Amino acid sequence: MAALTLYLPLDSAAVALGADELGEALAAESAKRKLDLTIVRTGSRGMHWLEPLVEIEKNGARIGYGSVDESDAASLLDAIAGDGKHKKSLGPVEEIPFLKNQTRLIFGRCGIVDPVSAADYEKHGGFAGLGKALTMDSAAICEEVMQSGLRGRGGAGFPAGIKWKTVAGAPVDQKYIVVNADEGDSGTFADRMIMEGDPFTLIEGMTIAGVAVGATKGYIYLRSEYPVAARVLNEALADARKAGALGANVRGSGKAFDIEVFIGAGAYICGEETSLLNSLEGKRGEVRAKPPLPALEGLFGKPTLVHNVISLCSVPAILEKGAAFYRDYGMGKSTGTMPFQIAGNVKHGGLYETAFGVTLGQLVNEIGGGSASGRPVRAAQIGGPLGAYLPPRLFDLKMDYETMAANGAGVGHGGIVIYDDSVNLLEQARYAFEFCVEESCGKCTPCRIGSVRGVETVDRIKDGVEREHNLKVLSDLCELMVDGSLCAMGGMTPIPVQSAVKHFPEDFGIKPALKAAE
Amino acid sequence: MTLASILEPYVGKTGGLISALHAVQKAHGFLPPETEAEAADAFNLSRAEVKGVISFYHDFKRAPQGKTVVRVCAAEACQAVGGRELAAELEKKFALKMGETSASKDLTLEPVYCLGLCSCAPSAMVGEKLVARANADKIVKAVEKTKKERV
Repeated sequence: MAALTLYLPLDSAAVALGADELGEALAAESAKRKLDLTIVRTGSRGMHWLEPLVEIEKNGARIGYGSVDESDAASLLDAIAGDGKHKKSLGPVEEIPFLKNQTRLIFGRCGIVDPVSAADYEKHGGFAGLGKALTMDSAAICEEVMQSGLRGRGGAGFPAGIKWKTVAGAPVDQKYIVVNADEGDSGTFADRMIMEGDPFTLIEGMTIAGVAVGATKGYIYLRSEYPVAARVLNEALADARKAGALGANVRGSGKAFDIEVFIGAGAYICGEETSLLNSLEGKRGEVRAKPPLPALEGLFGKPTLVHNVISLCSVPAILEKGAAFYRDYGMGKSTGTMPFQIAGNVKHGGLYETAFGVTLGQLVNEIGGGSASGRPVRAAQIGGPLGAYLPPRLFDLKMDYETMAANGAGVGHGGIVIYDDSVNLLEQARYAFEFCVEESCGKCTPCRIGSVRGVETVDRIKDGVEREHNLKVLSDLCELMVDGSLCAMGGMTPIPVQSAVKHFPEDFGIKPALKAAE
Repeated sequence: MTLASILEPYVGKTGGLISALHAVQKAHGFLPPETEAEAADAFNLSRAEVKGVISFYHDFKRAPQGKTVVRVCAAEACQAVGGRELAAELEKKFALKMGETSASKDLTLEPVYCLGLCSCAPSAMVGEKLVARANADKIVKAVEKTKKERV
């Protein structure tokens, strides 16, 4: 029997486009032909418009076949047995410009390795960063992270090194590492992709953090909407324990560290770190007032390093290659790479990891290929439901923390949702408030009540009821929510609203004269 | 299994109450009314505290759900490619409003805020099955498939 190995993603996006059915069809067809077929379920390469993307290894290179469905199973096996030619052939996957032009410091292994095998991870260069960290002392590891300039990738962009040093310096026995994998922002899926496609990078990053700050226990707070990620993570954790990468004696170092996956229960607000900690304690996910900072009083009141998935996944490369190597990517105070997620009405949707400093226009038009509908792009929302709507005239802005902040926007978690000219920005502003009504934890009034008043006010503007007066009310309400809310939910809901009014006044019935008077 | 025996393994675990409620819901399809008192007892909490947790999270249901739950993404990336229109079409097709369960208890239609399939939107989840680049046809087919699988 001829042996054949195919690589097929288990990534949710591929599965939602029929990867499981394709796998079954390929298995059935190869059984018919008495082929000894092995299907390795990998992560996705992030070229989601080509999913399901099947790969085969030939002369050391991966050859891809894109948008394959069940009906292609027989012809695909024919092609592979013959000269490889097939109408869905993409040639060598790594030569596809979308992938070739990326800088993958985090996602380098995603789509290549078997995500639940510690051995395969190590074979592809994994654990090198942890190996190095285990030879260093706590202060040196924290300093390396500090020097790399890494900033939190969840949205706030807080310098990671400062957090690490704070937790490391807390003089108590019990500390925790908590991963915020409650990736609820629409337009983002980087956390999901790495957890499904290369979870060992997260496991390694967490372990390095544990060793650095003196924590022996880590939790991954995962949203319940990600069942595939939950399964893959748990399988990977079991294999990591078996391989000695986790447990009482991490890779023979004598240091202990272990990780548990905790499944949330459907609450956007639990992506806010203090709300997440309450939820992880089994309580209502209500926001806590800060201070105290979680770095000093976090989970169960103990010092806790809370990080987004991608922040921790950036750490292995920093330790392996050094802070200076990492710092060389990016611009200004935004160092390293960011996995941008291109979504919504876009031709080439997917994940694009590159250094900070790429322009929004490059991501939307060149890399993303413009709208899927073929109509002109009218707006892009950057960084999730709490992010700004920007018009094409601002698409030459560079994607880095400072440039975005200077323009009333934020990089957030790197998600970009693209809209064509059929979008109505008044409806989007209304939705921003509606979402806040739905997801507010209810603890502070500006968020809980302000969002309800926001929906009502936008409706009055829509209906033309005292439009000028209500635009003023809207502006006052936004100011109050920004100044008075306890966390980013209420404090940032005004960002999409105000950016919509500012950049798309015509959708709010604002006449040029009024605009000029502002 | 009694409620108490489902709850018991989670007592003393980190975030145990939430994991325990997930387990009850998995076994019963929803949280029966007596869950409140039983969980309060098991976790040494007040009933108000347990009720507070149950009411806070979207996942926890206090009434039986349809045999098939169709969750349609209502968030921005899906809106950008006709998510709102898809939701309206499904409401018409199934003669249900978002959040409602059919009288026959066959089907529940509800919104979900992001399945992380934003690059191939609009998306939905039919039972356990993820559907990307969704349209009404794909979803109806998936619903029919879950019905067949139950038989």
